[in-house]
Amino acid sequence: MMTVANGNLRVDLRLIADMVEPGSRVLDVGCGEGALLDWLGRTKNVDGRGIELSMAGVSAAVSHGLSVIQGDADTDLKDYPSGAFDYVILSQTLQATYAPRTVLSHMLRIGRRAIVSFPNFGHWRVRLHLLTHGRMPVTDTLAYEWYDTPNIHFCTIRDFLDLCRDLQIKVERSIPLDRGGKTMAIPSCEGIANLFADQGLFVLSREG
Amino acid sequence: MTQSEPVPTASANPAGLKVELGRDRPIRLDCGVELGPIQVAYQTYGRLNADKSNAILICHALTGDHYVADPHPITAKPGWWHELVGPGRVFDTDRYFLICSNVLGGCMGTTGPVDENPATGQAWGLDFPVITIGDMVKVQARLVDHLGIDQLFCVVGGSMGGMQVLKWAQVYPERVFSAIPIASAARHSAQNIAFHEVGRQAIMADPDWCEGNYLQEGKRPHRGLAVARMAAHITYLSEPALHQKFGRNLQNRDTVTYGFDADFQVESYLRHQGNTFVDRFDANSYLYITRAMDYFDLAAESGGVLANAFRGTRTRFCVVSFTSDWLFPTPESRAVVHALNAVAANVSFVEIKSDKGHDAFLLDEPEFHATLTGFLEGAATHRGLPRTEGAGR
Repeated sequence: MMTVANGNLRVDLRLIADMVEPGSRVLDVGCGEGALLDWLGRTKNVDGRGIELSMAGVSAAVSHGLSVIQGDADTDLKDYPSGAFDYVILSQTLQATYAPRTVLSHMLRIGRRAIVSFPNFGHWRVRLHLLTHGRMPVTDTLAYEWYDTPNIHFCTIRDFLDLCRDLQIKVERSIPLDRGGKTMAIPSCEGIANLFADQGLFVLSREG
Repeated sequence: MTQSEPVPTASANPAGLKVELGRDRPIRLDCGVELGPIQVAYQTYGRLNADKSNAILICHALTGDHYVADPHPITAKPGWWHELVGPGRVFDTDRYFLICSNVLGGCMGTTGPVDENPATGQAWGLDFPVITIGDMVKVQARLVDHLGIDQLFCVVGGSMGGMQVLKWAQVYPERVFSAIPIASAARHSAQNIAFHEVGRQAIMADPDWCEGNYLQEGKRPHRGLAVARMAAHITYLSEPALHQKFGRNLQNRDTVTYGFDADFQVESYLRHQGNTFVDRFDANSYLYITRAMDYFDLAAESGGVLANAFRGTRTRFCVVSFTSDWLFPTPESRAVVHALNAVAANVSFVEIKSDKGHDAFLLDEPEFHATLTGFLEGAATHRGLPRTEGAGR
């Protein structure tokens, strides 16, 4: 929780935090030690809850006074009632879920909006690595060997947007991020972002 | 619920506090019987603040009592949560006002089968009405009324205490700002009922039990109660804990005796647990309280759906379980968490890694204590409690 105590927030989390309206209800799925929830609670008077898989993360968050449960996005989202939250956040976790499609559907059922970020497998560096080495790429954002990675469902930004269309999810905002989690000064159009963005950050809502 | 005189504190009454409740308004028990007046023995620690917003009700487990922090009058051992209660501790007596009462049906000062039945002038014995967790909570609520407290800042307890916490949250949601059910469940499982039945049968098989009238007969079913305690005690531990503590080590000998003495250390330990328990507990109380736990099923009491027990709740929950607890295993806690999620309640849930079994909630588990401290801190912030309740109220 040191980052929390110091008031610093990871750059990409800061971006997410900026999108959340003050006083809203937020569910952070895969919240880790709760840095984002803590920040939202302190600076935006947000009523925040979290789900985290790792015991260490949950312990740290609850010991810090945050409302976090030990649980799994794949199995526990179904318990939440529809429309219970204003935002459901999934930061850098989608690729580690067993059923991303179901998880995404639940997020937009539970929340008015969903904020999702994930590493972009369509990045040119990833493509080049696979092309030239013929091996699964290991980069800063994808820092695991294929055999011990928690990431089991990689996708590209284009794949993700296809899934959103398929699920009739409206993409309200689409932000390409660089390796440091900062907004990239490139057009956020699908093709360019898919090639150059290290991560994608999306604000989603239900169609209609 | 108004009260002008100062709230009594245990520090001024080291022997414990006692109050008679329900003389004018008897308590209607779940079994249909109206019971009153009722004696309630309790302890308090710390001071109630001016707006009465810092009270924490601690609910004890099956064989616990209201001696949470001070020495037990019979065993002279420190209170069962003495490590957690005091200035600067998890339950900071500089900040919070703590209340713990002996449960209805108990044998440490609150009305139970050991006490005199006003109708006969003799001990109640089996004429005492069968009680439930809900009945225990009704009596606690009367005590809280008596102390002039509208809303408890927190209700906390482990095992059977956790059942009471959940019942409080269901029946008096507006009176519970935060709730911490520890190593507990929303219902007593078939396996747990089975173990309790073994204990009860052991008591009832003791010839000194005298069909429950042992007090009149001048006897005590020590052996039966000791066996009940031995069986139950095994369920409070874990195989790793037993193995680490005793293994197959022999007690004061090098070889087995080919007899039925306590050859093994674990046997000797259990016998000791059983024998010391009978000094401080009443056999009929054990029957009544175990029955109350068996009957507990919060879902059934809420129209068959556990989530209904918490619909619309504004209470902040912190559910805690322990990895090696096989009496109240984590899935039982998780069922409560799922029900709370289903009504979008504010809930924290931590499964503490421990090899100490069910008893872990009574033992020195730093991560557990940190969780409690952090949760209380967060709840206190939301309740607007100042960091320290300074001098005076």
